[in-house]
Amino acid sequence: MDFLSLVQLLDTTVRLATPLLLACLAGLYSERAGIFDIGLEGKMLAAAFFSAAFAYTTGSVWLGLLAGVGVSLLLSGIHGLASITFRGNQLISGLAITMLASGMTVLIAQDWFKQGGRTPQLEGAARFEPITLPFAEALKDVPILGPVYQELISGHPILVYIAFALVPLTWWVLYRTRFGLRLRAVGENPASVDTAGVSVVGLRFAAVMICGVLCGLAGAYLATALQAGFVKDMTAGRGYIALAALIFAKWRPWYALWATLLFGLFQALELRPDLIETVIGIKVQGQLLGALPYILTVVILAGFVGKAIPPRAGGEPYVKER
Amino acid sequence: MTAPAIELKGISKAFGPVQANKDISISVMPGTIHGIIGENGAGKSTLMSILYGFYKADKGEIFIKGQKTQIPDSQAAIAAGIGMVFQHFKLVENFTVLENIILGAEDGGLLRPSLAKARKELAHLAKEYELNVDPDAMIENLSVGHQQRVEILKALYRQADILILDEPTGVLTPAEADQLFRILDRLREEGKTIILITHKLREIMDITDSVSVMRRGQMTDTVKTSETSPEHLAELMVGRKVLLRVDKKPATPGDTVLEVRNLRVTDDKGVERVKGIDLTVRRGEILGIAGVAGNGQSELLEVLGGYMNATGDITMNGATLPLIGKGAHGKSRRAAGIAHVPEDRQREGLIMEYAAWENSVFGYHHDPAYQNGLLMDNAGILAKAQEQMDRFDVRPPHPRLAAKNFSGGNQQKIVVAREIERNPDLLLIGQPTRGVDIGAIEFIHQQIVNLRDQGKAILLVSVELDEIMSLSDRIAVMFDGQIMGERDPAQTDEKELGLLMAGMNGEAA
Repeated sequence: MDFLSLVQLLDTTVRLATPLLLACLAGLYSERAGIFDIGLEGKMLAAAFFSAAFAYTTGSVWLGLLAGVGVSLLLSGIHGLASITFRGNQLISGLAITMLASGMTVLIAQDWFKQGGRTPQLEGAARFEPITLPFAEALKDVPILGPVYQELISGHPILVYIAFALVPLTWWVLYRTRFGLRLRAVGENPASVDTAGVSVVGLRFAAVMICGVLCGLAGAYLATALQAGFVKDMTAGRGYIALAALIFAKWRPWYALWATLLFGLFQALELRPDLIETVIGIKVQGQLLGALPYILTVVILAGFVGKAIPPRAGGEPYVKER
Repeated sequence: MTAPAIELKGISKAFGPVQANKDISISVMPGTIHGIIGENGAGKSTLMSILYGFYKADKGEIFIKGQKTQIPDSQAAIAAGIGMVFQHFKLVENFTVLENIILGAEDGGLLRPSLAKARKELAHLAKEYELNVDPDAMIENLSVGHQQRVEILKALYRQADILILDEPTGVLTPAEADQLFRILDRLREEGKTIILITHKLREIMDITDSVSVMRRGQMTDTVKTSETSPEHLAELMVGRKVLLRVDKKPATPGDTVLEVRNLRVTDDKGVERVKGIDLTVRRGEILGIAGVAGNGQSELLEVLGGYMNATGDITMNGATLPLIGKGAHGKSRRAAGIAHVPEDRQREGLIMEYAAWENSVFGYHHDPAYQNGLLMDNAGILAKAQEQMDRFDVRPPHPRLAAKNFSGGNQQKIVVAREIERNPDLLLIGQPTRGVDIGAIEFIHQQIVNLRDQGKAILLVSVELDEIMSLSDRIAVMFDGQIMGERDPAQTDEKELGLLMAGMNGEAA
């Protein structure tokens, strides 16, 4: 494999890892606050559709993004209502949201656009265009550094840069701010937060809403940046892979970056089976690569690679004792 | 004249038809320790929860330092200078001490300045009140006693000058409890007001200035501690005269019933819980196992009861008991003459959703006496359960009521009745009076002694030292999976046992 192929492979990795990273960080905020969210998939899907639909109708990708985030927030609100306010089962609520999104998106798409449950192709200002960073062209011919800068670092849509910037930001919020301290505490022992005079419900809703915003970004990225429009079930299990990555990352932001990049790499390799064949000389089935994130997660959960300890109060509605 | 630190006037609170607090008035002067004593379910915790803003009282007024105060939530309680140390600590296990202390009381949005301030303040508090804790230690690595100090520090950091402690010694060793009382003493000297909720009469007598007694949601009396006695308080709590000392004759031990040699137990995490213990229980005696919870006593009971694997030798009336594999289960143990009142009656002793009469035969339901051809003789079992409940004074005496609807003491009576009724050679009994009210304690203790006097062997495990000392004919102390020593209850005291429980062998010193 030559150097340029490697850079291209990594470039694809970055593009494919971005929605995983956004969804993974979304899950991180929610689960660190003690609310399991298996509805990441559904929120991404709904956001993908509404961002594409609004971007197409208005011709502005930014309005599309707003619509995507909006609908994702709405679904988050439902999840919060069900699991925080009414202390329902978080898994069931998350599953319901995913099923709802999977059905409703196609139904509404068919009703609005009559194209078999998809949106029309997005063009021009209705899509996020790649951003060329300064000096990308000028540095193109510098050996090694040039292609790395031009191909790998430059030339991504804005959402990619936002996603990567969110990693240090999330770390800082979690470990350096009052909000982060309380967020982590409410996921570990909500009673400690409650008796300290801080609202458990308020904190958990805040976390679930942040999760909604990030899922909205992830969904909008899929439909308006990675691809040009919405197609049925276009999230293709990314929400679940993001959850797997979250476990793999032991609920930590920097680990989340590495985990999603690794899983992104698997997805990139799935698209380029020829590359693997040239490197290791064996033909590897694409399905195997697709399954690798799940296999690795099971390995992690089985305790082979250190211990993944989820937030202790995760999944449990908070009921005031005595 | 100074205003009381806390004054409650006519507090009432009902949960549905249950009147948890009824017209309660109480007044606590600043710089004193005020005890609140009462049986389980007397309404102590409800009252304190109202004071800490967890519940809203249906009626009544709260005055703090003479000011009428509304306490709709914990935030308001903290603002009013009230700090609460709960029975089950409200700490984040994988946070440091400092992080737990500032949680909810941070200065500004960033942590760094808050942590720095708390570190300074903590050093100051440590000096002032002799409350030393490593500020950077993780909570999960601290001993229970130190975790409790963190809770106290949390309250002090929030400028609390009224401190409520709910059953603070339940989880402590005697030495740790003594330390806690020294701290409380010190806090009192500094002018803090302390409310101590407990069901232990000795603690009330040791440290409080005044004491209020609660019974069935009502405040029955408030007295000066120096003008009362444990007997009088117990009477106020229960509503009748109570025998605090167990009335028993000297033991007349007979043949060996149970012999344990080199017993070792490893749990499913691979940790060795019992590290080679030897013990013997004879007919007509009670062997008490003392120790702080988690030092291998539970595992010992589980092995003897037949639901945990172990290695070593156990003989029962001379016959070897299987410790692993086929034959090592509760049914074969019962067949060998072992009855077991487990430590956790709600998980191991009863099925909470099932009726009392069904629970009254669990484990023995295979007995032909309970069969009617292919079916169970439900009518017979029901009649027998009714008779048992009457004899053991289970209240209410309704065998069709689900186990969960009985109070802790009455649940325990159902279990004890079931196990004693089978006329076992050996009774294993773990924490016989945990969560059981004084009246029922007296009854259960008497049953245990009666069984001994009938020539049965009894192995008693309890974390309550008082209980061990008053019931046992011999006392063995467990620490870290080993027996630290055996003592004659007549020739030892709490101090010596306390040292053994903490792993220090007094003989060596």
